[in-house]
Amino acid sequence: MKRKLVILGNGMVGHRFAEKIAEYGGTEKFEVTILGEEPRRAYDRVHLSEYFTNRSADSLYLSPSDWYRTNGIRLLLSEPAISIDTVSRKVTTSAGTELPFDELVVATGSSAFVPNFEGVDKQGVFVYRTIEDLEKIMSYAKQVSKVAVLGGGLLGLEAAKAVLDMGKESHVVEFASRLMPRQLDEAASSVLKSKIESLGVRIHLNKETKHALGDSSFQGLEFVDGSVLEVEMLIVSAGIRPRDELAKNSGIEVGQRGGIIVDDELRTNVYGVYAIGEVALHKGMIYGLVAPGYEMAEILAYNLCSPGQKTKSYAGSDLSTKLKLIGVDVASFGDALGQTEHLPIAYTNPRTGVYKKLVLSPDGKKLKGGILVGDADAYSTLLTLYLNNVELPAEPESLIVGTPSEEGSAFGSLPDDAKICSCNNVSKGDLLGAIRSGSCSDLKGLKECTKAGTGCGGCIPQMNSILKEELRAQGKVVTEHVCEHFKYSRQELFQIAKVKGIRSFEEMIRTHGMGNGCEVCKPAVASIIASIYNEPIQKHREIQDTNDKYLANIQRGGTYSVVPRIPGGEITPDKLIVIGQIAKKYDLYCKITGGQRIDLLGARMDQLPDIWKDLVEEGFESGHAYGKAMRTVKSCVGSTWCRYGVQDSTAFAIRIEERYRGIRAPHKLKSAVSGCIRECAEARGKDFGIIATEKGWNLYVGGNGGVNPKHAILLAADLDEETCVKYIDRFMMFYIRTADKLVRTSAWLEQLEGGIEYLKDVVINDRLGINKALEEEMDNLVGTYVCEWKDVVDDPEKQKRYKHFINSEDSDPTVRFIEERGQKRPVDWPKKELVSN
Amino acid sequence: MNTTAKEPVWIPVSTVSEFPEDGGVCAKVYGEQIAIFHFSSRNEWYACENKCPHTGDMVLARGMIGDSQGEPKVACPMHKKSFSLRTGACISGEEYTVKTYPVHIEDGTVYIGIEDPGTQG
Repeated sequence: MKRKLVILGNGMVGHRFAEKIAEYGGTEKFEVTILGEEPRRAYDRVHLSEYFTNRSADSLYLSPSDWYRTNGIRLLLSEPAISIDTVSRKVTTSAGTELPFDELVVATGSSAFVPNFEGVDKQGVFVYRTIEDLEKIMSYAKQVSKVAVLGGGLLGLEAAKAVLDMGKESHVVEFASRLMPRQLDEAASSVLKSKIESLGVRIHLNKETKHALGDSSFQGLEFVDGSVLEVEMLIVSAGIRPRDELAKNSGIEVGQRGGIIVDDELRTNVYGVYAIGEVALHKGMIYGLVAPGYEMAEILAYNLCSPGQKTKSYAGSDLSTKLKLIGVDVASFGDALGQTEHLPIAYTNPRTGVYKKLVLSPDGKKLKGGILVGDADAYSTLLTLYLNNVELPAEPESLIVGTPSEEGSAFGSLPDDAKICSCNNVSKGDLLGAIRSGSCSDLKGLKECTKAGTGCGGCIPQMNSILKEELRAQGKVVTEHVCEHFKYSRQELFQIAKVKGIRSFEEMIRTHGMGNGCEVCKPAVASIIASIYNEPIQKHREIQDTNDKYLANIQRGGTYSVVPRIPGGEITPDKLIVIGQIAKKYDLYCKITGGQRIDLLGARMDQLPDIWKDLVEEGFESGHAYGKAMRTVKSCVGSTWCRYGVQDSTAFAIRIEERYRGIRAPHKLKSAVSGCIRECAEARGKDFGIIATEKGWNLYVGGNGGVNPKHAILLAADLDEETCVKYIDRFMMFYIRTADKLVRTSAWLEQLEGGIEYLKDVVINDRLGINKALEEEMDNLVGTYVCEWKDVVDDPEKQKRYKHFINSEDSDPTVRFIEERGQKRPVDWPKKELVSN
Repeated sequence: MNTTAKEPVWIPVSTVSEFPEDGGVCAKVYGEQIAIFHFSSRNEWYACENKCPHTGDMVLARGMIGDSQGEPKVACPMHKKSFSLRTGACISGEEYTVKTYPVHIEDGTVYIGIEDPGTQG
């Protein structure tokens, strides 16, 4: 007796499965029944939009009308299953027919996802999924002139073209910032967008629908950004939802966000029940394309027809697609968006509307994916190379541009696989690839193109130097412009400010810049002005970076941390108690920092002036933990307590910290003083570090911890205290004058032509004849020091800026804490839900 | 483009003199936190939600303002993601957007345009 095989769904995948069963001789073994919900047999949904023009279902059918009968397969149309009984193993159809099964294949596909906004049920809103949907659309369209399609994916764009062909005004509304967000990157989308727009379709990106307009009938969309699109009809093509409701109601396991969970052999958790196509959830993936569904159908049919033999496994599909999308070639394959570690090479020609991108393995040897827009001729070659994991030619860019370049070999001391941006997993090779592709020749472009530097930003200086180095290697002129608003480097702006006596950002941008400035040039100019004139920085409040603006470090939850200065880490018991009392009064979380100070975290913005007032009254001053400024000088206990110490490192550290406290620089500065060569203060991990010797002090410069740890290098040995301070004065001022913005002393020293020997020549031998000036400048900064907290505590006008609301005394009601290890901490950030269609 | 703004309800917030020049503040408008920015150098005002769409923290009013190719923008103080104050789009190319609001100045008072405050409690 034949086993009973029931197939739920007569879509493209269900049909393909039936075809394969027939092909593998399965109809000898199985009595096959296939159920379809629609009134017609399986048709080509991919080319659905052709129906708009030829109105012929015949040309879309996947098989002749007698195919099922000829192959001995029973086809029931307009008769979907309404329940599955997995215990007595039978399916009940809408007509009440009961179909017992031995094997059940669920191929119910998916339905159109319809966003749940108010008014989506109005007359004039349609989905785009079946021939019946198209019939309704065409009939309703007769009475309208403007139509919007919701969804800028493949199907949405097809629909928009169909609308245009019907002679209607056609709009595409997309939630994401780009078209086909699953397949295309930003650059490809923008090329495609201008092509489609030139056809007359209007594209609206970044549009989140708030509600539909109109009374009973649809009259347009209002978006969350407040704008309105007046159209008389809406076609929804905003993605898919697996049709898993039958499974869900019958104990077949589905994923959290829908889809029937299947293993590599497409089995569900119920014995003898399988799922394939868009209803199947394989390794967390639902494939909204027909090719993976076909692959699943083939594998399952093979396995069911060949028992005892080795079964085939489904390993997942790549999302390759190539379409002549409304007259524009678009292809995307493999890891097109570069979601794993990769080396991108891209070519853009805005004139011809061509964009090509290769996603290579980090070593550049293998092709991992790619995007082609406007010219997809290379698609099949590339797909072959990709699918077969073939080693690429030495110049893979020749695959898309045809002209091999000759650049090669080593740049800098870092290997190409050195990770530069840990947040976004970008290596030096990725950066170089992006720069070499020519699509980004400045930091902004490099950030956009590689995403490096868009997380914590700690790698930006390194990105900058890799960029400059590579551009120089290509013989290009390296512009060190601060940003688009100033055609000068930081060093040039410093000289301009000094020579012309410029004391404000407004004056600087009015006389030497353009536009309104930005978050790059404003703090750079603020730092320059502070380094020259040392005015309290609150005077230039709106051009300060957030931490300088509020004289505290912004932390999670938008709260701040407060760090009072504790020079050299030395503190009396009374002062220690006071810090504890203040922390208790304002319910602050306490932590000893890495630089021998005490961090008080969790202060709301509106609490800051009160906390500072209490601290200042008890004799504390700002520790400048927030500023691109001199911060802390760490010390060990030195000869006063330590049995090895040879000099009084604590006293010297306090002297150094008090001398340089609060001095503004291109980046933060840290120092340390060790009492002997055992280096307990870790002085060589600092921008300048001092280590005691039997004869005096050794001065080291250019070290740091942080992203790229670097040991400081010896500048001068066996100095007395006065000479040591003099050299530090010169070294610091020389750095402040000449370093680029946000470059720490280690990178500055590395880039300084002549390196440490040149620096010695300047600082010790006065090679440039500027040492007297440098010392005077430093003396001026030291002599004009004012505690920035006190500056606010003494000024009620400045305190007003710490209110959370301009029109209410309330504090931010959204700031929330939870308890951990007996102290409070901020609640975690919400996990970002990727919302796109 | 037939994308037009609907006429909003105007809520007075504070006087112009209370606002920093070329800077931002946060206002409470019917329970919502709205960041308002005064571009005094170009005599323009903009407003957007105060919430960083990336971290959910109420901080955008504390961001630095400026322009990118003339487009007015604010850089979020948390991670420097820049948002256009005209469209709310993320200029740094992320998929985050912020909601923007119209601002109106009359007789030295700053008004924010919001939709139907009655339903927002």
